[in-house]
Amino acid sequence: MSRASLFLPLGIFISILALGYLGFSLDARNQLPSALLGKPFPEFSATLLLQPGVKITKAELLGRPVLVNVWATWCPTCKSEHEQLMRIAAETDVLMVGVDYKDTPERATQWLVQYGNPYDYVLDDRDGSLGIELGVYGAPETFLLNAAGEVVYKRVGDINLRIWENELVPRFEALEIEMRGQSGAGR
Amino acid sequence: MTHAESQIDIYPFADEAEERRYKGLIEEFRCPKCLNTNLAGSDAPIAKDLRGTVYRLQVSEGYSDQQIRDYLRERYGDFVLYDPPFSAQTWYIWITPIGIGLLALAIVGRLLSRARKQTSVVLSDADRGRIASLLGEK
Repeated sequence: MSRASLFLPLGIFISILALGYLGFSLDARNQLPSALLGKPFPEFSATLLLQPGVKITKAELLGRPVLVNVWATWCPTCKSEHEQLMRIAAETDVLMVGVDYKDTPERATQWLVQYGNPYDYVLDDRDGSLGIELGVYGAPETFLLNAAGEVVYKRVGDINLRIWENELVPRFEALEIEMRGQSGAGR
Repeated sequence: MTHAESQIDIYPFADEAEERRYKGLIEEFRCPKCLNTNLAGSDAPIAKDLRGTVYRLQVSEGYSDQQIRDYLRERYGDFVLYDPPFSAQTWYIWITPIGIGLLALAIVGRLLSRARKQTSVVLSDADRGRIASLLGEK
């Protein structure tokens, strides 16, 4: 055996260190991959928070990209992302759906009056059952759906300017190109 | 709701076997919010909700254990099962120990075969004389 092989234990030791370093640095604990990615958004029927007599279903969300944002008034991060959601609502024509997750309807309504309402629809999920269908385990969580109602992206954590510009805008653009391509082919 | 109350779920069961089954199931699943706590051991709100879901599926909907596993897995992914299946994302955690085992076997095998190959050398009288002179024992 050559002299170089004497360095084998050192090499193994260094690779264990490297593995440990990677293991700890890649530990993105709030980035549980969504089981829904690439799959259809679940069927649902939910009451609108601001029009309690009205229910909407998944059918109303089809035909264009949709941003579904799970939020609650008890969630401090939801407060910090709210401003960015307001900007997205003001600057784009994206359909925005809020899921008011395990919340008190009165408080949620008050919140939307006070801080503004970026959503086209706000679904009342006070018992968290829609949340379980979506695999939600906290708030905020945000899903991007394509026109066919499939989940193409999920973000656990806040939507900030960086996430919007780097993660969401490119995906929206891709979805719009995809839609234009399909409607063009249909003609 | 106080903290103490939030940890106690009171669910009625038809018999002890049903209750044992429920307890087994909530022991089995991992709380999605926590890294290493099962549904039974976590007081995170989502764990409480999922215990309720397991109860509902088991008692009201009559799901089998495997149906309950599939239900949670479809929504929360492999993470909730402490038993990750072999897939494109998980192959290396299955392969690595086997690979390390094979590597160790190869190293041990090589050492053994080398030890066996060492043959004893028969010294001639001339050799002995030379060794003695080198060692200054003449």
